[in-house]
Amino acid sequence: MSRLLRWLVPLAAVPVLALLAYAFRLDPREVPSPLLGRPAPAFALTAFDGRPLSLAEHRGRVVVVNFWASWCFPACYEEAPVLEEGWRRWQEQGVTVVGINIQDTEDRARKFLADFGLTFPNAPDPGGRVSIEYGVYGVPETFFIDRRGYIRHKHVGAVTEAVFREQVERLAREPAPPAAGT
Amino acid sequence: MIPELGQGTLFVALGLAVLGTGLAVAGGRTGRTALVESAQHAALGVFALLTAAFVLLVYAFLTFDFSVRYVAHNTNLGTPFWYRITGVWGALEGSLVLWAWMLALYTVVVAARHRERARVFHPWVLATLLGVLAFFVSVMTLAAPPFTRLAPVPADGRGLNPLLEDTGMITHPVALYLGFTGFTVPFAYAVAALVTGRLGDDWIQLTRRWTLTAWYFLSLGLLIGGWWSYHVLGWGGYWAWDPVENAAFMPWLTGTAFLHSIMIQERRRMLKLWNLALVILTFSLTLFGTFLTRSGVIASVHAFTQGAVGAFFLGFLALVVLLSLGLLAWRWDALRAQGELDSVVSRESAFLLNNLLLVGATFTVFFGTIFPLLSEALRGVKVSVGAPFFNQVNVPLFLGLIFLMGVGPLIAWRRASLDNLRRNFLGPVAAGVVAAAVFHRLGAGSALAVLALALTVFVAATIALDIGRATRARLRMGERLPAAVLGLLVRHHRRYGGFIVHLGVLLVAVGVTGSQAWSVQTEATLERGQAAELAGYRFRFDRLDAAEASNHFKVIATFSVSNGRSTGAMHPAKKFYPQETTPIAAVDYRTGLVEDVYLVLGDFARDGSRATVKIQVNRLVTWIWIGGAVLTLGTALALLPERRKAA
Repeated sequence: MSRLLRWLVPLAAVPVLALLAYAFRLDPREVPSPLLGRPAPAFALTAFDGRPLSLAEHRGRVVVVNFWASWCFPACYEEAPVLEEGWRRWQEQGVTVVGINIQDTEDRARKFLADFGLTFPNAPDPGGRVSIEYGVYGVPETFFIDRRGYIRHKHVGAVTEAVFREQVERLAREPAPPAAGT
Repeated sequence: MIPELGQGTLFVALGLAVLGTGLAVAGGRTGRTALVESAQHAALGVFALLTAAFVLLVYAFLTFDFSVRYVAHNTNLGTPFWYRITGVWGALEGSLVLWAWMLALYTVVVAARHRERARVFHPWVLATLLGVLAFFVSVMTLAAPPFTRLAPVPADGRGLNPLLEDTGMITHPVALYLGFTGFTVPFAYAVAALVTGRLGDDWIQLTRRWTLTAWYFLSLGLLIGGWWSYHVLGWGGYWAWDPVENAAFMPWLTGTAFLHSIMIQERRRMLKLWNLALVILTFSLTLFGTFLTRSGVIASVHAFTQGAVGAFFLGFLALVVLLSLGLLAWRWDALRAQGELDSVVSRESAFLLNNLLLVGATFTVFFGTIFPLLSEALRGVKVSVGAPFFNQVNVPLFLGLIFLMGVGPLIAWRRASLDNLRRNFLGPVAAGVVAAAVFHRLGAGSALAVLALALTVFVAATIALDIGRATRARLRMGERLPAAVLGLLVRHHRRYGGFIVHLGVLLVAVGVTGSQAWSVQTEATLERGQAAELAGYRFRFDRLDAAEASNHFKVIATFSVSNGRSTGAMHPAKKFYPQETTPIAAVDYRTGLVEDVYLVLGDFARDGSRATVKIQVNRLVTWIWIGGAVLTLGTALALLPERRKAA
């Protein structure tokens, strides 16, 4: 083989390597939720503080429903401060954050709430009924529900500040529907 | 405390590995032994530090130190003792610790054993091994640190992935990683041969047993992985052509090709370039495998979580491939073959054909594995490549390989005469043809199965013929039968070790053929007291029970199984782990030489009145595992130390 041609041997590997590098831009697990654009399943639970917690009572507001568990980390541990911060900043502008604790024990869940000083409404999901309705695959998963009660975005994994702001800003700008039934 | 201690240890290890690599390169360039000695000490230091890091991590697992994030993620207070230890390598970060530790172990053993025998190669071998080691330690310190601190410290951990709670978890990763890391040794010698320009068969002589060891552990890892899949995953199969299985299978294919092609170089001085290319390819494929498993670019049941690790691995893979192929191009002229192929009908060409088939299989598996990427890159379409593609392409290649397994060892070197062919193959071919007729008469069904079994009989007959002939020769010398066979095996241990490995592979082939061709299954929903039938067995659903284990809740079904002769109870179950959204099936199975009975519990009524069960009768699967045991014996024989030649 001529002097020059032999150097094609290592070069032959370059396209394969480039393809693998390209693969980083793809997410093989990205599967869209069938619930997107559909009405959010209703729920009526009893919160940790004993008060009732339902989706219906928040109609007209943007609702961020977060499914979590105390054994889920780092993700649930990373997003807890983000959700609390978001709740404090946005609750005056028509945004509610709702936590739903799944597959957990009550004392551990309460310890988690206390550790992070969470103040938004939070309820256990006995029997996992709500998480099944929402098609929750693992924790954490977070659903962004618009003022009309439609699921508009599903986030898998820890919610970051950027994700929270982007979704909530968009949905809070939309006008509220006329109050139903009255 | 442990997080800081562990992280510190790893950083020092990284520094030492980088320093050692530099010292070894400097030693190789200047020829000063003092530098090489220092590099060797650095290697020892890295090994000691990685051992310490490994022990620290085990300690953190055993003491439930949830201030270490990795521990909290992969164990909880209910995890049984043994799975706390195996939890150490149950996920990405810890698996890298185990990996690096094994590579360090290989490095110090190679350094200790070969210092004198391979003086010229030694600095470059050390430099390569330490360089690879430095890369792995850098991933552990920068991209996937196992000792990251977690705050606030949770009261309990998440727990190990329940699928990993199995004895296979103790052995499968250990064997697989010993195989993967083991191929670094022949690769290091290949690099040393290329750098020093000593391209004869010295490096091959020095690494033959290392390669065999790595190949053996990789084989074992694959087989245990199959066993694990068979009795844990509950779908009744042992191999799914999953990307990650493929990732481990590809270096096995090229490693197998390498083990065969080096025999031609030893004997005929041919294929120098090919052998170097094969060992580079094998090592690169082990890196590709780790990249695939740890980068998350391809969806797979085995995939670890993704992160910056993928970029690290891809960068290193690129470095290794470009550097080593560059070296190959640089030495191109010196690598021209000296020998020539004399005839198409010869052992050389049988081996060459074997190599072509193995490398061909590697490429088809590689292509099928990365095809989803290719498709998305070029056409923007998400596709997945399944078992039908891999089976269709590879089955003919594997049948060809089995055939060559019979031809290769007995055909003459250089040019086989008609007499040679008649003497060695007339009997075995006849045996194969008779076997085909018999299997066909017995109603073996698919033509492919008949062909596979007939080829197996042919190969077994060649082995029997050879051993029988050699034993008879010894008997004529007045030896007794056991002594004659034993003496033969030990004296020509490379040849007969190889034969026994071939027998092991044949048994695996029989198991695969049988299970593909003749397994049957059914699914039934049964009321209590009702029974289902399959393949002469009756399965009566008796009851459901509940039980609680330290870290999960279990629903256990009881089925009475009878086949006319014997009765017994079987207990497939479903396990519910608090950290998992879906329950895990616990298979119950009865293994037998001819068939396994295999039950998987599906849905059930909460009051225990009804249950759905998947019933399989899997044929000949046990021979796959027996094949693994035979393969172990054969490799052990082939690995015996060479006899010193009489002076």
